[in-house]
Amino acid sequence: MGLRRRRRLTPYLLLVPGLAWLVVFYLLPSLNQLYVSLQEGNFETGYTFQWAWSTYSDAISTYDEQFLRSLRYAATATVLAFVISFPLAYFVAFKAGRFRNLLLLLIIVPFFTSYLMRTVAWQTILSDNAFVADRLRDVGLLDEDGRLLATTTAVIAGITYNFLPFMALPLYVALEKIDRRLIEAATDLYASRWQAFRRVTLPLALPGIFAGTLLTFIPAVGDFVNAQILGTSRQYMIGNVIQSKFLVVTDYPAAAALSFLLMAALLLCVFVYARVLGARNLQEAAL
Amino acid sequence: MGATAVTATPKSEPAATDADIVLRGVTKRFGDLTAVDALDLSIPRGSFFALLGPSGCGKTTTLRMIGGFEDPTEGTVLLGGQDVTDLPPFKRDVNTVFQSYALFPHLDVQRNVAFGLERRKLSKHAVRERVAQVLELTQLTGMEKRKPNQLSGGQQQRVALARALVNRPRALLLDEPLGALDLRLRRQLQIELKRIQTDVGLTFVHVTHDQEEAMTLADEIAVMSEGRIEQRGSATDLYETPRTQFVANFLGLSNLIDARLTGRDPRYATYETHDGATVRAPSELARDGAVRLGVRPEKLEILTEQPEGMNVLRGRVEVAAFLGVSLQYVVRTPGGEELTVIEQNRAGANGGTVGPGRDVLLAWRPEHPFVVDKETEHAG
Ligand SMILES: Nc1ncnc2c1ncn2[C@@H]1O[C@H](COP(=O)(O)OP(=O)(O)O)[C@@H](O)[C@H]1O
Ligand SMILES: [Mg+2]
Repeated sequence: MGLRRRRRLTPYLLLVPGLAWLVVFYLLPSLNQLYVSLQEGNFETGYTFQWAWSTYSDAISTYDEQFLRSLRYAATATVLAFVISFPLAYFVAFKAGRFRNLLLLLIIVPFFTSYLMRTVAWQTILSDNAFVADRLRDVGLLDEDGRLLATTTAVIAGITYNFLPFMALPLYVALEKIDRRLIEAATDLYASRWQAFRRVTLPLALPGIFAGTLLTFIPAVGDFVNAQILGTSRQYMIGNVIQSKFLVVTDYPAAAALSFLLMAALLLCVFVYARVLGARNLQEAAL
Repeated sequence: MGATAVTATPKSEPAATDADIVLRGVTKRFGDLTAVDALDLSIPRGSFFALLGPSGCGKTTTLRMIGGFEDPTEGTVLLGGQDVTDLPPFKRDVNTVFQSYALFPHLDVQRNVAFGLERRKLSKHAVRERVAQVLELTQLTGMEKRKPNQLSGGQQQRVALARALVNRPRALLLDEPLGALDLRLRRQLQIELKRIQTDVGLTFVHVTHDQEEAMTLADEIAVMSEGRIEQRGSATDLYETPRTQFVANFLGLSNLIDARLTGRDPRYATYETHDGATVRAPSELARDGAVRLGVRPEKLEILTEQPEGMNVLRGRVEVAAFLGVSLQYVVRTPGGEELTVIEQNRAGANGGTVGPGRDVLLAWRPEHPFVVDKETEHAG
């Protein structure tokens, strides 16, 4: 009797630390922010709670450009990261042999340096009179007054670079798990190498593709470091707006409202994505 | 009946001796290790052919070279007379049933079985029909929508078989297809496998390390050891007249006695055993030099009086065991060999065993022994 009850309770007991963490560090701050987002006032005179939903509609109408830009940049960077990572992960998983661990280490190595430092390093690399820009001008790929830094390309490249491991590692894990004999079986059953890839490898890698794109896209949408360091105000993303509202303008209600809108937009994106690509295929691949 | 429709349709009526699969001087090396050593093999069309040998002797490697998954280091592979040595697996008209089944985990039974036909661009209708036929043949009807992980081991094995059979290839390559199953299921599926092969009439190349399985299923067996074929023949050939010590020990139990040829007449050759006894063996097996005379345990009789016209050795019973269906003795000869005798339990409770310590005569008919070269002990 006691044993059966304990068995039933154990899964819930295992959830307690995680739930406690979420309540203290996520749910309570979120509720607090929700509360803040509905206040009105300013930093000097203080804020009062007003059910001020207008903050939300104002935020959308004022910053729709930054919202859309964030989604566009993040989507582009996610696609680029996928295009770069998939062959890389495939190579490491299937062809690297004894160099596999070394290559995996190399993918992770940038993480040993701080995110900010890496991005600042790119600022130096791309700056107007540095080696790269000079050489590109020499060969005529860049106009005399053309710039690498402070461009949309630089920001998207920065995001791609910074989030690449989040794409590459889940892809690697999914590919590495695939039993080679399945691919042999496919070629035994008259599939060419491309068909074997298309019919066996790719469907079995879907969970990794799903995880990798989400792990890249979600933080990329909210990113502000790349736009700030590698771009100009014309490249500013929603993260830059939120950051400046909180830390510079100290318009806490607007900052909180923007954060909630970002969260809602992301949830919507993930939901649609999971429905379109995920659900059915994921289920198929997981079984 | 769906079964007959799966029968391969040969392009032209072949002679019975036609070889479907031919290996010529095929060698495979992995670094320093020679997994398959200058192998010559021809497998007749429509036969159930077994490659039998201990683990690590190169059976899987041989099969993988036929399927196209390994390139031979030397030699050529022919399928139906065509040199396919350089062709990739998907261009070879053979299908493999993998040791681990290798069923596609993301596809249900229907899609797994249809995989090969879909690659060959058959119409949807034809695919569905042939899949249904083969599922009936392998008793999987009703499982179409299940995923591999919702099937028992025996069912997975059948799906793997169906997935290969449905393509009606020139030959089916089976790598220890029953190895992962428990004994009872294995026996049951052996019978089924044999029935299916008879029904469809395809060439089956069946790799196994289980001698009983090979003897139950195969029309012809090739015994492999260390990358070479020791001997090939029917189960009866291999059991009654093994030509090497390895085969004698790998298939069933053998009593081997050191001996030397001393004379021969048209029917029997005479040998002197190393402890001085004279025994006879069929003349056509006669070999010079250091040989071993072999005799199977069930061919030996324990007697107390000298019989007429039989080979006789003296000995003392060391162990006598009652095994229900049979009685098993270990008898030591003056020369030091320990010979095993298996006697049918005909006498029942009235009989009892000949107790240990008794001096007895071991007798067997002169047409029963076989002769092998004496080898330095490396195998068996
Ligand atoms: N890919 C490989 N690389 C190196 N050695 C291998 C490889 N495949 C098989 N071998 C070796 O070749 C020998 C024969 O193997 P295998 O054909 O699998 O034997 P079997 O199927 O008879 O058990 C073994 O010693 C095995 O270790
Ligand atoms: Mg094997």
